[in-house]
Amino acid sequence: MTTVGPGPSASAIAPRLRHLAEVIAPFVALAVLWQIASVYFPKYLFPPLLDVFWRTLEIFTDWPQFAQVLATVGRILAGLAGAFLIGAALAILMMRSRAVDRFFAPILTFFQGVPALSWVVFAIIWFHGIEFRIFFIMVVTSLPAFTFQVLDALRGMSKDLFEMVLSFRPTRAKMFRAMVLPAILPDIMTAWKVNLGNASRVVVVAELVGATGGVGYELLMQQQQFDMAGALAWTLQLVFFVLVSQQIIALIEARVFRYRAFSERSM
Amino acid sequence: MSGQTGAPEIVLERVSKAFGRADSAEAFRAVDDLSLAIAPGELVAILGKTGCGKSTIFNMIAGLGAPTEGSVLVQGFDPFRSFAALRGKIAIVFQSDRLLPWRTAIGNVELGLDMLDVPREERRKIAQLWLSRLGLSGHEGDYPHALSGGMRQRVSIARAFATDAHILLCDEPFSALDEITAQRLREEFVALVRQNRKTGVFITHSINEALQVGDRIVVLRRPARVAYDVRPAPDAGADQQGAIRKRIEDILAE
Repeated sequence: MTTVGPGPSASAIAPRLRHLAEVIAPFVALAVLWQIASVYFPKYLFPPLLDVFWRTLEIFTDWPQFAQVLATVGRILAGLAGAFLIGAALAILMMRSRAVDRFFAPILTFFQGVPALSWVVFAIIWFHGIEFRIFFIMVVTSLPAFTFQVLDALRGMSKDLFEMVLSFRPTRAKMFRAMVLPAILPDIMTAWKVNLGNASRVVVVAELVGATGGVGYELLMQQQQFDMAGALAWTLQLVFFVLVSQQIIALIEARVFRYRAFSERSM
Repeated sequence: MSGQTGAPEIVLERVSKAFGRADSAEAFRAVDDLSLAIAPGELVAILGKTGCGKSTIFNMIAGLGAPTEGSVLVQGFDPFRSFAALRGKIAIVFQSDRLLPWRTAIGNVELGLDMLDVPREERRKIAQLWLSRLGLSGHEGDYPHALSGGMRQRVSIARAFATDAHILLCDEPFSALDEITAQRLREEFVALVRQNRKTGVFITHSINEALQVGDRIVVLRRPARVAYDVRPAPDAGADQQGAIRKRIEDILAE
């Protein structure tokens, strides 16, 4: 016989509601302040939230406009994927050879100090194709972070576990699949989370100066028209993208890292 | 090529191992001119004080480290240089369980079989069998963090036996466990080695453990060199056991 268990009790729901309220409260406060400001300031400085909402919805529902958002998302993902692949390969080479490490580490540190805007200028001078320019900017600005993060993950691998797997004398491919990849995966996920946020800021700069489409280009258009509601609506598209992608990564983490032990007490 | 019948399966010939630059004053000599031959089917307990170079010898037999001088041969192969040639021939039980935290108990037992390209279904069957032999039925899907220290060490023993390697190397595998659990696991371990006719090298710093486990006991001085090599008779009485114990205690006290 199947028994139906009791539904979630009020005492179990209350903490969830409180948590939800804690997450939402700062955004509600910000929205209220904005709305108050919209009453006292001109529309081109602080447009009413309803205007921003309709503009946001319009971008979502109008395909030519939403295609601009997707173009930007594609540029972010392509740039990050390129930087990750090159960075991971570099990190493995740096891990295997001290000479390679000594050669590339200062170069990557130097690259980290170069502002994203400088790379935009260099890309415009060096390259003709718009898409390649943006891809180059995305790769070169994310590369040092990915390389150092993967390198640290490789260096932080447990020597004991590594030697245990090695004692079975695996092939390189099996060693990578059974030991290296699962060991460094948590750090790779963290690297993606951090770099996604950074990349969504850099792509706007790249599109603002060097593109004829995308969220950055649209922001430039809104600035020229003094359309604050439009500027906010386009900005929100990128914020949504970052939120959604972070949530997807969190879901993947919850599934892939379910082996992790959790203390009953939090820190 | 596998060793001939009766020929030693593991041979250490005038082996020395130094850490740091061999010609510098800071060089630390962990093993000094050690010679040792272990026959197939022997279960040798290697006994010595902490820091006498036992684990260094262990690593050299396992092929995880190379000697500075002399030679190490396992089934006729240099385990360090001909690393892949001994695939599936050596299994190791380490001091700590060294379970992969991202694999379940059964996934950890399957690890060695996976490295040996055993098909998925077959390796699952073998892993299940070994987990059940070590009293872990029902825990196949548990991750290491959900198992007790004794259970984790059982999983690591199952992982070593599952590959059916002929040589079993154990580096103080029960030293981190409480005495009752260690005693029980030790008995199970010795029974499994004998049933499966393995050649075993069992590193320990405990005289009791060496006497309980070894067909042969090799006592090391520091730096590692054979100080005493004895095969207690299987039917050794209390007098002979006592004499061996006394001799070992005297050497370790030096």
